[in-house]
Amino acid sequence: MNIMLFAPELFLLTGALVLFLLSLSPAGAGRARTTALVFAIGTMVSGLVFLNFEGTLFYNAYQIDFFSQLIKVILAAGLAVVLLIGRKLKGIADEVRAEYYLFLFMSTLGLMMLVSSVELLTLFIALELSSYSLYLLVPMRDDRAGSRLQMEAAVKYILFGVVATGIMLFGMSYLFGLTGTTYLGELLTRLQPIMAQPAAIVGLAMVMCGFFYKLAVFPFHFWVPDVYQGASNETTTFIASVPKIAAVALLIRMATMIAAPGGWPVVNLLVVLSVLSMFYGNLAALVQKDIKRMLGFSGIAHAGYVLLGILTLGQAGYATAMYYITGYLVMNLACFLVICAVSPKGENLQIDDLSGLHQRSPLLALTLAVGMFALAGIPPFVGFMGKFMLLANALNEGYLTLVILAAINTAISIFYYLSVVRVAYTTSPEGYPAVQVAPATKLVSVLLMLVIIAMGILPTPVLEIATSAVRVLL
Amino acid sequence: MDFLILNNGFPYLSALIFLPLIGALLLLAMPGDNACRNWTLIVTVVTALLSLPLYWNFDLTTHLYQFGEHHVWIPGLNINYTLGIDGISLLLVLLTTLLMPLCVLGSWRYIEKRVKEFMVCLLLMETSMLGVFMALDLVLFYVFWEAMLIPMYLLIAVWGGPRKTYASIKFFLYTLAGSVLLLVAIIALYLNSAPHTFSIPQLMGQGFSTTFQLWVFLAFFLAFAIKVPMFPFHTWLPAAHVEAPTAGSVILASVLLKMGTYGFLRFCLPITPAATMTFMPYILWLSIAGILYGGFTALAQQDMKKLIAYSSVGHMGFVTLGIFVLNSQGIEGAILQMINHGITTGALFFCVGMVYERTHSRELSRHAGIGKYMPVYVTFLAFFSLSSLAFPGTNSFVGEFLVLVGGFAKNKVVAAFAIPGAVLAAAYMFRLLQRVIWGSPQNPDHTGLVDLNTREIVTLAPLLFFVLWIGLSPEPFLKVLHVSVNHLLTQVGTLPGGPMAVAKLMIP
Repeated sequence: MNIMLFAPELFLLTGALVLFLLSLSPAGAGRARTTALVFAIGTMVSGLVFLNFEGTLFYNAYQIDFFSQLIKVILAAGLAVVLLIGRKLKGIADEVRAEYYLFLFMSTLGLMMLVSSVELLTLFIALELSSYSLYLLVPMRDDRAGSRLQMEAAVKYILFGVVATGIMLFGMSYLFGLTGTTYLGELLTRLQPIMAQPAAIVGLAMVMCGFFYKLAVFPFHFWVPDVYQGASNETTTFIASVPKIAAVALLIRMATMIAAPGGWPVVNLLVVLSVLSMFYGNLAALVQKDIKRMLGFSGIAHAGYVLLGILTLGQAGYATAMYYITGYLVMNLACFLVICAVSPKGENLQIDDLSGLHQRSPLLALTLAVGMFALAGIPPFVGFMGKFMLLANALNEGYLTLVILAAINTAISIFYYLSVVRVAYTTSPEGYPAVQVAPATKLVSVLLMLVIIAMGILPTPVLEIATSAVRVLL
Repeated sequence: MDFLILNNGFPYLSALIFLPLIGALLLLAMPGDNACRNWTLIVTVVTALLSLPLYWNFDLTTHLYQFGEHHVWIPGLNINYTLGIDGISLLLVLLTTLLMPLCVLGSWRYIEKRVKEFMVCLLLMETSMLGVFMALDLVLFYVFWEAMLIPMYLLIAVWGGPRKTYASIKFFLYTLAGSVLLLVAIIALYLNSAPHTFSIPQLMGQGFSTTFQLWVFLAFFLAFAIKVPMFPFHTWLPAAHVEAPTAGSVILASVLLKMGTYGFLRFCLPITPAATMTFMPYILWLSIAGILYGGFTALAQQDMKKLIAYSSVGHMGFVTLGIFVLNSQGIEGAILQMINHGITTGALFFCVGMVYERTHSRELSRHAGIGKYMPVYVTFLAFFSLSSLAFPGTNSFVGEFLVLVGGFAKNKVVAAFAIPGAVLAAAYMFRLLQRVIWGSPQNPDHTGLVDLNTREIVTLAPLLFFVLWIGLSPEPFLKVLHVSVNHLLTQVGTLPGGPMAVAKLMIP
């Protein structure tokens, strides 16, 4: 076994072990923050170093290729930014900080293993590793107000998660029963001739449910608003961004299997789910007062947009979906950075709490405006370019009605994004406290804005990398 | 690239687009409000000076796009950074660059709070407006077209009047809702062209099927008709105009509305000629409705800004009328009228802004009889009002006359319906003038009102200069149009058969 192939995961695992040791001593909490950041950045660097490695591990259940390595780098980068954004961990009690970072690392580790898994059971274990860590992160919120909102959120999260996992396992059993293998590669070839059978279609659709849940696609979205609201701002930042990358990566892996003739019922299912997600997410977001809830519903709508790329079952569609979800990660992180920084003690923010942000902190107001306009899909930001590519690709494949519905959704969504910008820019800051912004946060917010603009104006390099990554799968 | 005359020397067009953008970025580092004002003035004046060579070096003998620049942008989808101007866009570019310094001057004292952000928004507006008029690639065009919404929204929402929230959101929603289907149409054009291209000139004359043209035309039409705005899509305009700060109203009236009519000329006519023929009669009647509706509504307004806003609906009706009569007088008149409306209505909004700075009111009755106290001001106002009602000797007369000549050449009934619009314009503008200059024996007390200062005179004087120049000698402006307009008309052609027959039924 070539240990180099497993290096990024090992590095992250070492980080998790160090954090575990730190959690044993009462003085460890202070050092945990720096340690976590160092290991997250280290994982990203090691991912970049081993980016072009290829090979298989663990009896061919674990595949290292450009696709998986690239996504691991994005995941580690996302983790590093989440750590930077939530540097102060305002919403988490001091004594559990080391544990908090530990579970954050375990969850990321699960996601990283997920994108390399090419065997159903490995895949399942990786997914559960990441999910169970997240289930623990949600109730870790420091409950000063005594609302116990996070408990309700955690219970909802785990119940819906278990149901989705159950459906997924059931689907896996169908696939195994039909083909006699759990390896994705063999599954692909053995499924081809029997793809038209209902059992194969139902099985594949059920396996996909596990990832629909992660990506928050309708009707697996019920946990989203409550978990976003109930979890601390830092936890929500993570849940809302990093796992979605892995979910899209896995959905692309699964979609390669339905490309066979006879896979059209699953495609139709994806079309329906995409439309429902877009409309449900956007319409529900219109009436939200809590900004995290609003971003949660907006995330459901964006999951619908991403499906638009996946359901075309082509290299261009997959690459565009990867491009879009990466852009979404950056846009979302920019918005959550502002939420974490503005919230004085880590409590939830109503949209009105952003009043007069342009005076309380001009930089944060600008970051929020850029993030919101980018999410709304206004050029020159990445949200526009991603949506444009998705629509162009889907229309090229003949999904005219779907494209028109998606375009109408853009028009619906602008209202709630715009009202956040309106509050931040046109209201008076009277009665709201000033915002202290740490230099590191300032740096991160400028970087995020630059990435949002650069990816929007110069999409070619990112698209080329994404294309060569998904080419590995086909 | 046979449609483009590449510019091998100094890249004028890119410089014009990016100079304000760089200016806006540097502005972020400027300390103090006055430094911001001065810097923005310098940037806009330099941009204006830089745009003058476009006119001097413009080749009158070709319909090709000049000063062209072409760089590959996104090779995967054949999206390019292509810029170029022809006779149709030249005057609009010049109008934009020459108007911006005046907008800065006009907001010198009007904007007291958050000066830096205001100036940044103005410069970003200039970048995106110039981009819209110069882009020859549909995606590039769309990027500028949409990006313009953000600074314009902020101009209204931050520095606007009491109902700014309502007005700004309505503006944003209307325009965005109009342009999402534009995006779908753009992609559809790309996929149906051979070879696949987003290049606007290459999409002309592709011979798309009539059904496809009808759908594309409708998507384009919705976006542009909202922007113009044509009756019945105009309701965002009075709200936005009334609440926007002076510079915002001026930009909105003078340049933004022109983007819609420019879109008709640049996209609808040459790319979807068959659909243009089919929809022509409906659009002519909508234009007439706009002219009459705008005129009657303006007649009833008490708010000076609202009055001018509704007059814009009428004036833009003349422009769309001129475009869709599809003959050279009509289209040349329409383009000239676009410029005229930019000059005259911009000036009128400046005039309203100037009294608003003094009295903090836009009510007509509140300003009755200020002629006695502000003689210089009412002199300017009188000239611009006369121009607005197309008085002979002013710029609008030439434009409106050409449009009507084109209209009568096309169809006497339609043109005859536009005539009351001209009379209505005289009625509402004279009503405004009479009240403001003389009023009645019950005039409110105006003691303490000071007349225009030098800065304000400098703001208005160039506009008056152009009012009279175009009015007395329009040839320097018309001569740049001839070749391009004739080429446009050959692109539209007059297809025999179906569409024309329907058109004949609709217009007696």
